[in-house]
Amino acid sequence: MLEIDAVDRQIIDKLQGDFPLCERPYAAAAERLGITEDELLVRLQRLLDARVLTRFGPMVQIERMGGAFVLAALAVPEARYDEVTALVNALPQVAHNYRREHALNMWFVLATETPAGIAEAVARIEADTGLPVFAFPKEREYFVEMKLAARA
Amino acid sequence: MKDALRLDAIDRALIVATQGGLPLVARPYQAIGEQVGIAGDEVMRRLQAMLESGVIRRIGAVPNHYAIGWTANGMTVWDVPDVRVDELGARVGALDFVTHCYRRPRALPDWPYNLFAMVHGSSRDEVRDKAAQIAELLGADCRARDVLFSTRILKKTGLRI
Repeated sequence: MLEIDAVDRQIIDKLQGDFPLCERPYAAAAERLGITEDELLVRLQRLLDARVLTRFGPMVQIERMGGAFVLAALAVPEARYDEVTALVNALPQVAHNYRREHALNMWFVLATETPAGIAEAVARIEADTGLPVFAFPKEREYFVEMKLAARA
Repeated sequence: MKDALRLDAIDRALIVATQGGLPLVARPYQAIGEQVGIAGDEVMRRLQAMLESGVIRRIGAVPNHYAIGWTANGMTVWDVPDVRVDELGARVGALDFVTHCYRRPRALPDWPYNLFAMVHGSSRDEVRDKAAQIAELLGADCRARDVLFSTRILKKTGLRI
């Protein structure tokens, strides 16, 4: 895994939101960090290549544009885990997917542009895998703020 | 939840053009504008409007939390009485270490839990300590609980429309 230094940590911690909307936003953000625009661009590319960052850009709240996010889970037999992972991940509607320790051992988030898209994706996964999908649509959101400071 | 907003074809094109990430070039908004067929200023104006309306939550870095030291990731789940869940959910969501907190339907008999709170730490013990703080807050309203640790990211591309 890539070693991250103090400047990388600053980039990760300070740039999780409020990226400037101006002609040269990397230059403006770099100035706040005390580095040059070129250095910021090089470091961002390196952090993305090393998968320390999974993305750099806008985070869309699809429900605000009429779509839906749904958490869903499968109980995947161990012998079929890799095969089922490939089938589930193949759907573009699967935004992320985690292996977890539980009888329900695969947890993924479906994101679709229309609410009906969720049912279609669930039906497709059930047909492709032969496994029942447990869907856990959110009924109420109490808090969401996924900003974690770099500890490494 | 406020009513969903109607986005026009250009807003949608901007989301499609940026969902994989902003271009890593000196003038990224201009580059996106060239791709979509509008001026860089118009890109900025529309992104600002989508930030204000909540279609875009934020613009910035999305870290792989494992790679930045948060190696223990626990989905804590709780069965609390339906009549109490909203009050308790608000209080659990207000804990400074909870990154997401939702009410979700149970799937009986396999899944009795209706309150989900994501907790991260550098170790499983740290996550368990945080879960214990949630348990303390819930008190007698906690009828059943579990922590599901993640052991692997299988996919993390984010939204693709």
